Amino acid sequence: MKVGLFIPCYVDQFYPGVAIATLQLLEKLGVDVVYPQNQTCCGQPMANSGFQDLSKGCSDLFIKNFNEFDYIVSPSGSCVLYLREHLSETGHHNPDYLGNKVYELTSFLTDVLKVETLTASFPHKVGMHISCHGQRGLHLSSMSELVAPGFSKPGSLLNMVKDIEMIELSRIDECCGFGGTFCVTEEAVSVKMGKDRIADHLLHGAEYITGADMSCLMHLEGILKRQGSNVKVIHIAEILNAGGNGSNN
Amino acid sequence: MEVITKDHAELAENFNRDEERVNWHDETLWWVRQKRDKMVHQLPEWEQLREAASAIKNNVLGNLHNYLQQFEANAQANGITVHWAADAAEHNQIIHRLLNEHQVTRMVKSKSMLTEECGLNEYLHEHGIEVIDSDLGERIVQLAKEPPSHIVLPCIHKKKEEIGELFHQYLGTPLDVSDPQVLTEAARGHLREIFITRKAALTGVNFAIAETGEFVVCTNEGNADMGAHLADIHIASMGIEKLIPEKKHLGIFLRLLTRSATGQPITTYSSHFKTPRMGQQMHIVLVDNGRTVQLGREDFRNSLKCIRCGACMNTCPVYRRSGGHSYHNAVAGPIGSILAPNLDMEKYKDLPFASTLCGSCTNVCPVKIDIHDQLYKWRQVLVKKGLAPTGKTIGMKVMGATLSSPTIYRLAGKMGRWTLKYAPFAVNNSFNPWYKHRDMPEPPEQSFGEWYKQNRGSK
Repeated sequence: MKVGLFIPCYVDQFYPGVAIATLQLLEKLGVDVVYPQNQTCCGQPMANSGFQDLSKGCSDLFIKNFNEFDYIVSPSGSCVLYLREHLSETGHHNPDYLGNKVYELTSFLTDVLKVETLTASFPHKVGMHISCHGQRGLHLSSMSELVAPGFSKPGSLLNMVKDIEMIELSRIDECCGFGGTFCVTEEAVSVKMGKDRIADHLLHGAEYITGADMSCLMHLEGILKRQGSNVKVIHIAEILNAGGNGSNN
Repeated sequence: MEVITKDHAELAENFNRDEERVNWHDETLWWVRQKRDKMVHQLPEWEQLREAASAIKNNVLGNLHNYLQQFEANAQANGITVHWAADAAEHNQIIHRLLNEHQVTRMVKSKSMLTEECGLNEYLHEHGIEVIDSDLGERIVQLAKEPPSHIVLPCIHKKKEEIGELFHQYLGTPLDVSDPQVLTEAARGHLREIFITRKAALTGVNFAIAETGEFVVCTNEGNADMGAHLADIHIASMGIEKLIPEKKHLGIFLRLLTRSATGQPITTYSSHFKTPRMGQQMHIVLVDNGRTVQLGREDFRNSLKCIRCGACMNTCPVYRRSGGHSYHNAVAGPIGSILAPNLDMEKYKDLPFASTLCGSCTNVCPVKIDIHDQLYKWRQVLVKKGLAPTGKTIGMKVMGATLSSPTIYRLAGKMGRWTLKYAPFAVNNSFNPWYKHRDMPEPPEQSFGEWYKQNRGSK
C-alpha cells in the first residue's frame, strides 16, 4: 500500500509541526508514506468563494502529484471533503476516481488501518472542536441534528491516548466561524462565533483545544492569543503522535 | 420601507456592536433549537419522516402542473374562487380588487410570509387600505414599523421590555410593564376588537391538498381562524409550491413542521378550509412570483420543497449572531439566502456568502433541502454573472495563479513567513480584517516542504 501525504497549503507554511506529526504517526504505524514535493493546495479557497473555475490549476497539479498512490491521506477534513466532492468537476472524469482515494487522517486510521491501539500519551485536559466539513461532510462523527446512533472517529482515537482527559462541551458541534474567506469577509460574525466556541471550552476547563482541521484551530488560536489566554490549540495528529516512543525530529 | 443598500456583512457588523444583545439573541434561538432536538429525538422514525416528506415534495415539484390543475378543479368544486398571480404585483392587485369589490378598507391578516415577499401591506397602505396583522409577533413588528426578522418568530429580535414600550405607546398598557402575561392579555383585547369588526380576512396557506381542494393553515394563536370565521370574505394567499398530493400525506408534514419549528408536537391549530360557509366568499390566490423560474434551475429547484419551519434559522450560527434583518429579505437565514438570489441576483448577491457552509441547516431541514450545497452553487453562479466585487476577483485570480505553480507558491510562502517575522507591521494593521480581533499565526523557521527535503529528501 503506497500512501501519498497531502498537506494543506497553510499547514505547510504556518504549521509544519502538524505535518511532521502526521508523517511520523503514519510512519510509526508502518505506512509506506511519501510527500510529493510539488504539491500546493486543494483549490478550495477559490472555489468556496465562488471561483471554482480558478481552482483548475490546483486540481491538475493534485492529479499530477497523486495519481500513482493507492491512498492519499491529509490531516484536514475540509480539504479532503473539497477534493472528494469537487475534484471531478474540473474536467477530470475517470471511473477510478482519484477523489475517492483521498482520506482524512483520522478516518484513514480508523477505517483503513483499523488502528486499535496507540502509544501516545497526553496528560492534559482537552476539548475537541468538531470541524463541520469533516463531521457533516465526511461523517467523521455523528451529528447533533440527526436522529442516529452516536459515534466519533477522532474521539475513538483520542480514547486510545494515555492520560488524556477529554472535557464535555455545552454545544458539541457548533461551527467556530472560520469558514474560509468568510473569516475576513464576515469578520464580525466570524470572530463572535470563534469567541463563543472558545468560551465553551474555557467554561469546561480545557487546557488544549484540538480538532482535525488546523484552519478552525488557526482561527481560534488567533482569538486566544489576542485574549492573552494560556489555552493552546493542537492538531489531533500532534496528540496522537505525542509522547510514547515518538521522536520529534 | 427604507431602501437598504448595506450588505449582510455590514448589517451583521452593526448587529455585533452590542455583544450582550448578540449573546441574548443567540441563546434565545439556541434554546429553540434545543427544544427541537429534544422533540425529534423522541421519534425513532424521524429520519424516515424527513425522507418521506422530501420524496412527496419532489413528486409535487416534478408534477406541479398536474397537481395545480387538480387542486384548482377541486377547490372550485368546493365553492372556492381560484385566482392566479404571475408575480407580486399581480397578487397585490388581485387582493386590492377583491377588497374594492366588497368596499372593504380594513382587513385583518394572519401570518403569511408570501404577503411579506410581495410587499402587500405597503401596497394596500398606499391604496388607502389598512391591514392589521393578527399574529402576535407580526403585530409587534408592525407596531414597531419593522419587517419580521424570522419567518416563524417574527419579533424574536425584540426583548420583552421593548415590546412593553411599544404596547404602552400603542395599546395603552401602563408604563414599564413587560410581563408577557399582561402584554399578551392586552394584545388579545386589542385583536378581539379587530377580529369582530373586519369584514375581510387574509390568511396564508401551509398546505394545499390537490386531491380534495382544501387548504390547511397552521397557527399557535388561532388567529387565522378568528379572522376567517368572522369575515365575510376570506382570501388565502399561497405560493404554488405549497401543494401536497393527497390528504393522507398531511400527517407526515404536520408531524415535521412544528417539531422542527418550535419543538412542539403539532401546532395548536391546524385548520382545514374546504368550502365557504353560507354567505361567505372564499378566495385562493395561487402565486408564482419567481417559483417557476426556480423550478427551472436544476441545482436550486428543490429549495421549493421548503415548508417554512425556520429550523435552518434557529440552528444557523451565523443567523443567530447576525439577526434576521441583516438578510434584508422577507425570508432570512440559510433558506432565505438560497431563495432570494432567484428573485434578484444583484440585490441579494451577498446572501449566499453569509455562511460558513457548516451544513447544520441541511441536517435540520425537515424536507431535506441541501441548503449548504445550494449556497456553494449560488456562489459559483453569482461569480459567473460578474457580481463579485472587483477586489475579490483580482485577489482570487492572483491566489489561483500562485497556487497553480509550485515554484511561485513556495516563493510566496517564504515571502509571507519572512514578512510576518521581520516586517509584521505590514500585516498586523487595520487593513487586515483578520488582525482586527485575531493575532496572526507565529511564522515557523521553515515550511513542511523545506523540512521534508532536509529530513526525508531521498524519498
